[in-house]
Amino acid sequence: MGLKNTLHNLKEKYKGTKMAPAFNAIHTFLYLPNETTHNGTHIKAADDLKRTMNTVIMALVPCLIFGMFNAGYQHHLATGTIEAAEGFFSYSFWSIDNLVVGLWKVLPLIIVSYGVGLVIEFIFAVIKGHEVEEGYLVTGMLVPLIVPIDIPLWMLAVAVAFGVVIGKEVFGGTGMNILNPALTIRAFLFFAYPTWMSGDKVWVHGAVETAGTPDAISGETILGTLAQNQEVSHSIADMFFGFIPGSVGETSTLIILLGALFLIFTKIGSWRIMLSSVLGAIVMGLIFNLTVDSGWITESSKFYGLMSTVWWHHLIIGGFAFGVVFMATDPVTASQTNKGKWIYGFLIGFISILIRVFNPAYPEGVMLAILLMNVFAPTIDHYVVQGNVKKRMKRLKAKTA
Amino acid sequence: MGLLSKKDVALIKDPLADDNPITIQVLGICSALAITAELKASIVMAISVVFVLGIGNVVISLMRNIIPSKIRIIVQLTVVATLVIIVDQVLKAYSYELSKTLGAFVGLIITNCIIMGRFEAFALGNGPWRSFLDGIGNAAGYGIILILVGFFRELLGSGTLLGYKVLGDSVEKTGLYALGYENNGFMLLSPMALIVVGIIIWVQRTRNKALIED
Repeated sequence: MGLKNTLHNLKEKYKGTKMAPAFNAIHTFLYLPNETTHNGTHIKAADDLKRTMNTVIMALVPCLIFGMFNAGYQHHLATGTIEAAEGFFSYSFWSIDNLVVGLWKVLPLIIVSYGVGLVIEFIFAVIKGHEVEEGYLVTGMLVPLIVPIDIPLWMLAVAVAFGVVIGKEVFGGTGMNILNPALTIRAFLFFAYPTWMSGDKVWVHGAVETAGTPDAISGETILGTLAQNQEVSHSIADMFFGFIPGSVGETSTLIILLGALFLIFTKIGSWRIMLSSVLGAIVMGLIFNLTVDSGWITESSKFYGLMSTVWWHHLIIGGFAFGVVFMATDPVTASQTNKGKWIYGFLIGFISILIRVFNPAYPEGVMLAILLMNVFAPTIDHYVVQGNVKKRMKRLKAKTA
Repeated sequence: MGLLSKKDVALIKDPLADDNPITIQVLGICSALAITAELKASIVMAISVVFVLGIGNVVISLMRNIIPSKIRIIVQLTVVATLVIIVDQVLKAYSYELSKTLGAFVGLIITNCIIMGRFEAFALGNGPWRSFLDGIGNAAGYGIILILVGFFRELLGSGTLLGYKVLGDSVEKTGLYALGYENNGFMLLSPMALIVVGIIIWVQRTRNKALIED
């Protein structure tokens, strides 16, 4: 109890000073405060906003660890120093060498993401005189997981500053933002520095430096390969386990699935959104498969590679699974009503695959699909609520008449 | 009394900052987003609008008592169209490349909300001299924002200013580029112009709290 009491006493001492919000943030992150609300209803629940955020971070940690191993594995595999992994528990994947490369490349991303983001949050809290908002805890963890391994750190810093200020603070901070901040950051990177966010050079550590030399290694993602109508060399098991090039934490569908179960079990993430997104993607995938089967699209078409991809393969390649589980379910930017969540999720899945197939310039559609549906979420909610009001009004009329 | 009374000075000065057509009245946004990727285009656009709005306001003000109010919009359009054609022809004659960059947007000055707005709101009810000052002031207020946005977009988007390489050569990797800096491609896209205008509005309202509406 020593630290808790000391912190509490310090808090009382510095109450009302300029730095108080910054201090309170650290205090409440570590402990439940010693005070209760002063009026209104008192509900005591274990999960306040900070606890909610911590739960999501816990669900993300396996993705992060897997991402570190995968970063090293892809690097060593591309340079030819190790054999391809056989099975999920293969030693050539879970080796210390891989982890060292992963730590070396991923830790700086995490430090920059949290450092820049939290400094901006603290500055805004001190200027505006409100408490530091917890929203960045999850965003700061998501950001390193959705960028390519070799992204220059200064670009990440610029993007985080942009995303936090323009994506969140201008709307009034956590809970008021329209767009998911982590995706805003990724979209900024994508449009600002497209050479670092797409192509076949950035997904595997070392590919950029060796480009053009005899040691050049290729790090094409599966979506990139398919968009060029080429054969995919990775097996289905590789795709599902995540032994494929891609953004740091998005490759392993298996690990993401574990995170999804954890989120659903703790009732933090909405299973409605996850399920309906998957349904939407399946429907769109089946439509494309049917057009190929009926012979409308032949191998000469530039869409053939992605259109002929078997519908369920779409679910395990690219960032679809990660986006749907961790980004689409963001409680602030998603639809709030249950019926709205079904519509919102379905359209995310549907549009993701649509963009993926039809726009080779944006190999991964899930980012743009989620951002687009973020914008529409309040509209969906509005019509769902109005529809309910209308239904009940009708019932009322029938009763009184 | 001198050439400019206090009221006349206000006519020019207010639109530059506290009554700016873009940041306060939020007019003329379309062209501000479309042509500000280069500083040069912004400057030419600003000068063109100063010319069109200055002369146009005087012409409308002179005719204000003889225009039948039912057809005033058509008359106003004719006046703007005439002036815009003059600007367009001058640009084509003396700087063909630039007129190609600006493309349809010189022609679209006709539909610039600021111009019709000033005709309706000011020139129809005031004398030619005051209308002239009002036109110059509003067009200059519009121009300042255009040039500001153009400055940041060209500097951060292409690393140049007025076509000169300010941040070094991005192809041969000199200057900042040698350190690993890269141009921000997002700056060249229109959405970023909207965000830059938004940031200008933000800064302006933070400095002058009186501008914040409830």
